Amino acid sequence: MPFVIILIVVVLLVLVVVGTRNGLVRVRNRVENAWAQIDVQLKRRSDLVPNLVETVKGYAAHERETLDAVIKARNAAVTAATPGAASAADAQLSGALGKLFALAEAYPDLKANQNFLALQEELTATDDKVGYARQAYNDAVTTYNTKIQQLPGSVFAGGMGYKQREYYQVDEAAKVAPKVQF
Amino acid sequence: MFEQIASNKRRSIALIIGFVLVLVLVGLAVNWLIGYGVVGAVVALVISGAVAFVSYWKSDAVALAVSRAHLADPREYRRLYNLVEGLCIASGLPEPKLYVIDDPAPNAFATGRNPKHASLAVTSGLLGMMNRVELEGVIAHELSHVKNYDILVSTLAVTMVGAVAVLSDIAIRTMWWNGGRTRRDGDQRDGGNPLAFLGFALLLVAPLLARAMQFAVSRRRESLADFSAVHMTRYPPGLISALEKLQADNTVTHSASRATAHLWIEQPTPRREGEGRLQWLNKLFDTHPPLEERIAALREL
Repeated sequence: MPFVIILIVVVLLVLVVVGTRNGLVRVRNRVENAWAQIDVQLKRRSDLVPNLVETVKGYAAHERETLDAVIKARNAAVTAATPGAASAADAQLSGALGKLFALAEAYPDLKANQNFLALQEELTATDDKVGYARQAYNDAVTTYNTKIQQLPGSVFAGGMGYKQREYYQVDEAAKVAPKVQF
Repeated sequence: MFEQIASNKRRSIALIIGFVLVLVLVGLAVNWLIGYGVVGAVVALVISGAVAFVSYWKSDAVALAVSRAHLADPREYRRLYNLVEGLCIASGLPEPKLYVIDDPAPNAFATGRNPKHASLAVTSGLLGMMNRVELEGVIAHELSHVKNYDILVSTLAVTMVGAVAVLSDIAIRTMWWNGGRTRRDGDQRDGGNPLAFLGFALLLVAPLLARAMQFAVSRRRESLADFSAVHMTRYPPGLISALEKLQADNTVTHSASRATAHLWIEQPTPRREGEGRLQWLNKLFDTHPPLEERIAALREL
């Protein structure tokens, strides 16, 4: 009889450990996936920018300063090595693009160009998707961090090498809305 | 939210069981009245089983076909696709199939049996009237229905309400057919046709039954979906302004039928207002809470 009880306890323990571990793996993968999704959207945005610049050049070539700022920010975003630099470059690119779209208001021909309209839609959408991907990432991190802090996760998380993740924070530069001058 | 999903799955099962039970009871009543043995009950069981089965697998297609929705072309409706993709990234849902309905009235609905088999339909009027953030709010509202499994219950209700309507129609017609009996001269003496009574009873009960089924998708769910939508977009003004535009618009959605009324984001049937004493009764039969209430609730966030 005592043997049976011990057996049951052991089986239950194993089940708890396996269940907890599987749960941790699942939320961790969600975090990784959400992180990858941010990169996908950022990459897509930097791919779209050169097309946009070419299109705008055809109508407003003399707006060199704004166009150069966009290209510079785009190249900085592509070559950024550290996450910090990347997020700073992204914020710059968002600002520069905002300026470019505001400037387009002064060119009726450009605004009527189908290609420009399509690119504007794509870039706005991609910008939104970057935001949503970050939101999804932060949501996933919240779930993950809660899971490794709460019982029973907290018992095994340390031993299995699950560490807390950091939230994605928009840095100070991006919090300031881009200034538009006419 | 998980309780809500579980409760929606329970409701769906209850809906199916209730539906089959009602039809079998009707079959038994027919048996008893005209005495064909158990045949009627078996037939009723088979028919109701088939309807329930088809409801689960195909009622999204039925709802879409009834509303004359056609698949949205990804090139033509780029903005719609982009907004849906973005919100799916935010919520972790798979992307639903997108449909457009050529109707000047602004409206939208979601259907399907689970998030993996979901469809979202919007009217061309909605696409034309809403700006980007408003459209995003509406789509987020519909995606919340998908996420919460509201679509399963409400879509099941579409075909079942339809089936009940057809059944009561048949019953009404049989009132004129003398209930399938050939004897005519005895009619005056034995107090009329038994099937006619059944038809009359069904006639009274069926619309109520249909209503009850639609209420399985309670009006509270609309408000819940509003809140989940805002949680998804993190931008209440978008949905608020979209609801205000719906409120200002008086076009009746012609693509919506009574059976699909509860699916849409805004009640497609016209509201009867200012009828004095009976107004509370009309309100009782509305499929949606008044837009003013929904807007006010969102404003408080």
